Amino acid sequence: MDITSSRSIPDVPTRETAFERPNYLNAEYGWKSWLFTLDHKRIAILYLFSVTAFFALGGLFAGLIRLELLTPEGDLFGPDTYNRVFTMHGIMMVFFFLIPAIPAVLGNFLIPLMVGAKDLAMPRLNLASWYVFNIGGIFTLWSIVNGGVDTGWTFYTPFSTTYSNTYVVATALGIFINGFSTIFTALNFIVTIHRMRAPGLSWFRLPLFIWSMYATSLVIMLGTPVIAITILLVAAERLLHLGIFDPRLGGDPVLFEHMFWFYSHPAVYIMILPAMGVISELVAAFSRKTIFGYRVVAFASVAIAVLGFLVWGHHLFVAGQSAYAGTIFSVLSMLVAVPSAVKVFNWTATLYEGSVSWQTPMLYALGFIGLFTIGGLTGVMLATLGIDVHVHDTYFIVAHFHYVMVGGTIMAYLGGLHYWWPKMTGRLYPTFPSKLSALLVFVGFNLTFFPQFILGYMGMPRRYWSYPPEFQVLNVLSTAGATVLGVGYLLPILYFAWSLKFGEKSGDNPWGAVGLEWDTPSPPPTENFYVTPVVTHPPYTYNREEVHNRLTQEANFG
Amino acid sequence: MASTPLVDRHEHGHGHRHPAHQFETMEQQKESSTLGMWLFLVTEIMFFGGLFTAYVIYRNMYPDAFAVASSSLNVPLGAFNTAVLIGSSLTMALAIWAAQVNRRGLIVLFLGLTMLLGLTFLGVKAIEYHDKFVEHHVPGPTFNFEPEHIKPQALREIESRDPQFQKHTEIFFSLYFIMTGIHATHMIIGILILGVLAVFAKRGKFDPEYFNPLEMTGLYWHFVDIVWIFLFPLLYLLGAHLHR
Amino acid sequence: MAEHHITPVRTYLIIFGALMVGTVLTVLAAEVDLGILNNFVAMAIAVTKAMLVLVFFMHLRYSTRMTVLTAAAGFFWLALMIGMIGMDYMSRNSHLLPVAGK
Repeated sequence: MDITSSRSIPDVPTRETAFERPNYLNAEYGWKSWLFTLDHKRIAILYLFSVTAFFALGGLFAGLIRLELLTPEGDLFGPDTYNRVFTMHGIMMVFFFLIPAIPAVLGNFLIPLMVGAKDLAMPRLNLASWYVFNIGGIFTLWSIVNGGVDTGWTFYTPFSTTYSNTYVVATALGIFINGFSTIFTALNFIVTIHRMRAPGLSWFRLPLFIWSMYATSLVIMLGTPVIAITILLVAAERLLHLGIFDPRLGGDPVLFEHMFWFYSHPAVYIMILPAMGVISELVAAFSRKTIFGYRVVAFASVAIAVLGFLVWGHHLFVAGQSAYAGTIFSVLSMLVAVPSAVKVFNWTATLYEGSVSWQTPMLYALGFIGLFTIGGLTGVMLATLGIDVHVHDTYFIVAHFHYVMVGGTIMAYLGGLHYWWPKMTGRLYPTFPSKLSALLVFVGFNLTFFPQFILGYMGMPRRYWSYPPEFQVLNVLSTAGATVLGVGYLLPILYFAWSLKFGEKSGDNPWGAVGLEWDTPSPPPTENFYVTPVVTHPPYTYNREEVHNRLTQEANFG
Repeated sequence: MASTPLVDRHEHGHGHRHPAHQFETMEQQKESSTLGMWLFLVTEIMFFGGLFTAYVIYRNMYPDAFAVASSSLNVPLGAFNTAVLIGSSLTMALAIWAAQVNRRGLIVLFLGLTMLLGLTFLGVKAIEYHDKFVEHHVPGPTFNFEPEHIKPQALREIESRDPQFQKHTEIFFSLYFIMTGIHATHMIIGILILGVLAVFAKRGKFDPEYFNPLEMTGLYWHFVDIVWIFLFPLLYLLGAHLHR
Repeated sequence: MAEHHITPVRTYLIIFGALMVGTVLTVLAAEVDLGILNNFVAMAIAVTKAMLVLVFFMHLRYSTRMTVLTAAAGFFWLALMIGMIGMDYMSRNSHLLPVAGK
């Protein structure tokens, strides 16, 4: 029986017949209807396939890294190969998974639904963005097939411009092209959120996921062009000998680092802001309570976006930057932690006296809160100049960013996928495997990366193919964890695919959640809403009295 | 506004009054595309901005080398090009005016003039690049900078402040070629788009009710002009006072 | 709504004239050695020209606040980037290092 609000869905039938209604999945068939689609929901699914493939590739490289690091001596492959392996791992994960995943999959699918629109503002630009993404991927894949790049995903000069013997230009072009894809998506999001909100949907009635995506899009528009020009300069220096960063001509490699990190630090906020948006949605839905301090969380998103542009120098503490600049960036870096911490407090306060249920998305959300806090706190440690001088370029850094990127972003992505899977497919995933995966991911992740904090603190450098024997135990633990983590990531791919054919049909709103996206069938019709919604109340209007009723009704939903 | 039934999908634009299916009104569509184009221009500001940043840093590091290198550029040609580009912005603005007052023939004329001026700019640029090539001022293995037409007194002072200034001029020329090269690429793209628009204008696609593509292209074109407004003094006029 | 205003041709021609005058001025000013002031004069003229193009040719004069804010944000962010990177270089005390072509 459906418990959807009947505000805008005419004659809601049973779950079975609901599924046979025309929806965006069965509206048209055939590969052309997918590859030439203008429907944001289909484009989101196309992106889902692309980012999953790149994630698998990046994960493969991660596996190779961890295999090599099982033993102190390099025995799996040589140091040059190792350099290529960690570089390609970084490039695949950063540019082709972490940056696009939540925006291009969840953002594309949900933003028009959450603002009550029929599509994004520019559907053709949306499709173009997916094609451009894959073209960028092809350039990078080509370079992988031809041996990859060994400069680190950071492309520091003059190694990348002058001394590296790998296909730097091809990879640089791949990243350059990929940047356009992100810019197109962000442009679309900003225009949609500004101009296509449903009647009555004022800014402070928007779900926090929209606020996060808006802030993310601002960062993308202002930052991505800078890495575009920087990477173009690297390519120009290699190809045309236009030596901007060449020390032999008086050029300054530190200028490269400034320009590179001017984007790449905000890039990490591009990765975490959407994740935080997802967490806000999950915490509200599975505590059946509005987010504590909604406005503060909304402003915090914008604050993170702005402050995130002022801290990049903390990547250059030991690079040759002036001590004065180092001090300024150190203080600003501590400042940027504040809005993030505020969000963590607010999510926690939301849980308090909420009606918390332990569905899989909530497991991921709770995992996020804990792991992101650890990652964020170690970030403040790193912002402290005195500490960073010692742990820079060690595994402490590696552990820090994996805690926020993997323990943070990937957990949120998985949580969001599970939460909105019924919305996107009309199916439920199987409960037990999903909770098992969440557990494997959590345990595997901590086993992989916590030892790395200790390793870094003890002095093990990053990007090294061999290490002193006294570090082996911790490395073995880390590799063991990576194996568990890998299984945890593999399972969802399997059971999500399984659910498409055999999963229980979900009905329109299996979670009894509140939100415009839940006011339309699951899966939604192509035009999203049968009737343009009119919004008259703030988001997350969960009602205590209804909680009990809904919980009873959903007793059999995983 | 409360209940909007399933909307038919209409053709986008083409001088008709129906917005694309995702929009409710033509006004919403126009405002969306305007915001979108300005957002794109913001990315262009940051894109060129990276180059200007590098320029500012190196100019401050090697002021003498930059002044001497800049003095080897052809100021009259650069100034002429600046005038040409400003003129093309005028003709672009007039093309939009022509659409607003329903003088359809003039739209085509002004778009054509804009393209012509743009091509003139590129032609002059090609001449300048050729000159640089002949003088061995192109960075790379063939680079060899000999300061000419500089007041000897000034040259001596420069040499004492920066003994390696000749080497450092290669950075100036690298920036010169990249900045003007990327600018020229933007112009080529702009001219191509203008060509398409001119064809549409000839077919009567634009009228006072609908000329948005003209306006959006105009924004792009004017922006490229603004970039040159900064490039000209920064690249060409640094060493003007050094000449004999 | 903002674009219903039709800028008269006369206005465009006046702005064009002003831009040409600015170009001539900047070339003439460069010939004179004003030391550090050359930079300020050149940039002042360039910024003025850019503002004329933005306000009149690009119709910022008649645009929504959102549009103006967007344009301003772009330029502000560029200033931020140049300013903060410049801050590093200006505080490096490289003038204290031994000169070997710096």
